[in-house]
Amino acid sequence: MITRRAFLVLACAAAAPARAQLPPNIAQIRKRALDAAIDEVVGAAPVRTGRVKLDLPPLVDNGNTVPLSVTVESPMTAADHVRSIHVFTEKNPQPKVISVTLGPRAGRAYVATRARIADTGQVIALAQMSDGSFWADRVDVVVTLSACLEDGLI
Amino acid sequence: MAARVVVNVPPSAKRGEVIEIRTLVGHPMETGFRHAQTGELIPRDIVRSLVCTYNGEEIFRADLHPALAANPLISFATVAVDSGTLEFKWSGDNGFSASASAAIKVV
Amino acid sequence: MERRQRLQRLGERGDQGRVRLVVLSLCLSAATALAQDGRRSGYEYMSRQTQAMQDDEATGPAVLALLDGEALWKRDCAGCHKQGMKGVATRYPALYRGKLVDLEQRVNLCRVERQKAQPFPYESRELLALTAFIGRQSRGLPIEVSADPAAGKAFFLKRQGQLNLSCANCHDDNPGRKLGGSVIPQGHPTGYPIYRLEWQGMGSLQRRLRSCLAGMRAENYALGSPELVELELYLMSRARGMKLETPAVRP
Repeated sequence: MITRRAFLVLACAAAAPARAQLPPNIAQIRKRALDAAIDEVVGAAPVRTGRVKLDLPPLVDNGNTVPLSVTVESPMTAADHVRSIHVFTEKNPQPKVISVTLGPRAGRAYVATRARIADTGQVIALAQMSDGSFWADRVDVVVTLSACLEDGLI
Repeated sequence: MAARVVVNVPPSAKRGEVIEIRTLVGHPMETGFRHAQTGELIPRDIVRSLVCTYNGEEIFRADLHPALAANPLISFATVAVDSGTLEFKWSGDNGFSASASAAIKVV
Repeated sequence: MERRQRLQRLGERGDQGRVRLVVLSLCLSAATALAQDGRRSGYEYMSRQTQAMQDDEATGPAVLALLDGEALWKRDCAGCHKQGMKGVATRYPALYRGKLVDLEQRVNLCRVERQKAQPFPYESRELLALTAFIGRQSRGLPIEVSADPAAGKAFFLKRQGQLNLSCANCHDDNPGRKLGGSVIPQGHPTGYPIYRLEWQGMGSLQRRLRSCLAGMRAENYALGSPELVELELYLMSRARGMKLETPAVRP
């Protein structure tokens, strides 16, 4: 009679090749892509929370067009200004939304646009200051699908 | 039809005033993630960048990605330093190119 | 206390109660008259950020279509229609030589009959731009269609499709509640053609009706078919008096 232990070992061995056919872990892929995109900007530097204000609706009417704006507290002088602002999403097929390069000529560290947000999750706004420091704001949004999907019907 | 663009720049401002500039360009911003009814992937076709110069000096640059909605709106701020011209240039996939200019009077 | 006795007691509250009731109902009807009989445009169901997109006259998402429409107007229409078309869009669908037509069809009739030009296809960039520009000239004016909407009303009330739903089941009986994640509006076509976020582009009322019919799993009708024009007429007459918002932004 086969022992329980032996049975378990055999079952795992049988299941092992099947693991190669499991569907990809989408959440993990997206997370890795988001981390890579942020690393591309910040490198090894720490990212502090604060000074950046990401404004977008917490409940989105339609994920196809989400108005958002980013404002960063900064005197915007030659000595102390925002060099760039980057926006990322957590759940889109690729994480980057927009990157803007600013400088003291901007007067105010501000950008507004309309984004596509595929799914409920976090949107991240990251700012790089002239002193090399990084600041971020993270906002959770809820995105619902349209009640009836049309799939190209005109 | 050529791409439609709209730039909204205040016609006049006080010297040193921070003004808001709004830009709009007509473009479907095809993400490259959609499939046609027949199943093929529709290739990516997006505006990639917007550059704004003020009397020849670059004051703003944006890199656009597929996560921007169709007909991308981009608004930003700049200091009204001098009378002159603001030039806007969009460029993107498949040789997409659009431009606009706006005059500003600084008093 | 016995039921009949209780009811008699209530009846005997009599004149004072009745006066209070009359005063109360007068106040209520005054309030609802101010709120347009409880009718609300789809605008009111949107978030303030989406409303702001509709209100943005300079860089709202429908602005590009208006610019195209203005160019087409100058090229094809302004030569004859020197006075503009203020008040026109609020009157469509309307009868033209005995046939009910919507604004898109009326534009094409003019192109074909008077300009000897090709009609613009339904949902083409040109037709949407031009109807948006014509509609914009009536923005803020009350809708005032006058043709008989009986056929469209019957369609609106009829249960149809695999789900056995009528338009009224959602839009008369359940506005403000949710269908999936979306809020059900009352279904007043106050801003067509609209920039619909779902389409990421402009579209006509008929396109929207076809989407709904598809969603209801009901038999659909081709763009320009008389059933859709009749339904357009009923919806516009149901919205009579409400202000036109063309070009609106909707989710």
